[in-house]
Amino acid sequence: MDSLIGITGKDFVIFVADTAQARSILKMKGDEDKIMVVDDSKMFAMAGDTGDRTTFCEYVKRNLKLYEIRSGLTLSTHAAAHWTRRALADALRQGPYETNLLFGGWDSEAGASLYYLDYLGSMHKMPFAIQGYASNFVLSIFDRYYKEDLTIPEGLDLAKLCIAELNKRFLLAQPNWAIKVIKKGDDGKASLEVIVPAKQ
Amino acid sequence: MARRYDSRTTIFSPEGRLFQVEYAMEAISHAGTAVGILTKDGVVLAAEKKVTSQLLESTGIAEKMYKIDEHVVCAVAGITADANILINYARTAAQQFTYQFQEPTPVEGLIQTLCDLKQGYTQFGGLRPFGVSFLCAGWDKYHGFQLYKSDPSGNYGGWKATSIGAGHQAASSILKSDYKEEITLDEALALATKILSKTMDSTQLGPEKLEFATLTKVDGKLVLRTFSPDEITKLLETIKSTGSDK
Repeated sequence: MDSLIGITGKDFVIFVADTAQARSILKMKGDEDKIMVVDDSKMFAMAGDTGDRTTFCEYVKRNLKLYEIRSGLTLSTHAAAHWTRRALADALRQGPYETNLLFGGWDSEAGASLYYLDYLGSMHKMPFAIQGYASNFVLSIFDRYYKEDLTIPEGLDLAKLCIAELNKRFLLAQPNWAIKVIKKGDDGKASLEVIVPAKQ
Repeated sequence: MARRYDSRTTIFSPEGRLFQVEYAMEAISHAGTAVGILTKDGVVLAAEKKVTSQLLESTGIAEKMYKIDEHVVCAVAGITADANILINYARTAAQQFTYQFQEPTPVEGLIQTLCDLKQGYTQFGGLRPFGVSFLCAGWDKYHGFQLYKSDPSGNYGGWKATSIGAGHQAASSILKSDYKEEITLDEALALATKILSKTMDSTQLGPEKLEFATLTKVDGKLVLRTFSPDEITKLLETIKSTGSDK
């Protein structure tokens, strides 16, 4: 079961994702990167079986890229998240994509934004969000320690707290976690940084 | 000589011309003039109505000005029935974008979509092109206020000031001399009125002969305004009294 955590703070979004790819009791892969980067200003954290998860996110990523190249414009996080939701909603009554997502990014209009989406096409903009069983353990950590306008070091400390809690109490917790951050760079534009790569 | 290549839209002539497209533009050159002017505070569209009769019921269905979305308005020159189809297509395209992205469609993207449709009618299907040119005024967060002109070939361009229809050559020459980039919205309205008075057949200006639309920001909010007949009368009086139509 995938554990995905998203944290927003002052002009940044951090994604933390476990790196296990499993079927039943077998862990097939321990270095899977579940955070797919659309571009410097937007990224997905994806949950679900590899088929739908990567197919859907590739589909969204390529369509967003195509639009941006054709129009010469960069989509806001809001617009891209809504496009994604629309794709999930349209597919729901044909052949649903069985994937839950976190979508996050930074743009000059809204600053840092984080959206929680599920395979039924529901979407919520949230300051922090978790997909998977991890939410049972980590939501209370956020309730206690999250505040607005965190700095990146504070956000990463919070992420470490979440990982520690999961490693201690979650039966299926994984030793390996990937972390990426999208933030407002010094030049005023969005930039992406890989804090912890999936493959180590 | 040209006769052999007239009847099929989808054939080039030996000189490399598409006659049906050119004939469509010829149809537009008989239509009422429309003028568009881009200013820092917004965009002005003004047009001369050709269908005027005292017997005409003025129910508010415009002949020249159409709202496409809350942030895009256009003036039309050419065959009105053709224009209606394209206006409907543009309106649908604008809403489809918002359906997917939950934000207003960028103006150039909308023009591009419309022009892709027009281009299709010059290349396949064997149907004649649309006999309509558009002046589209819009605002979006990427490029602010914009003015675009498109024609039956499916070409379009972004303009600071331009015109379409019967008097477009005379109109464009006046614009070349009188348009300044720092022009205000009110000055643009006066300039547009002056241009139409020069290019129109009849000498008297009034709400039966003219249509106006403006796209501006008031208190930070976008305001799209198509003028009612009373508002046009008031506007013309203001322009006359300030003498700025000379």
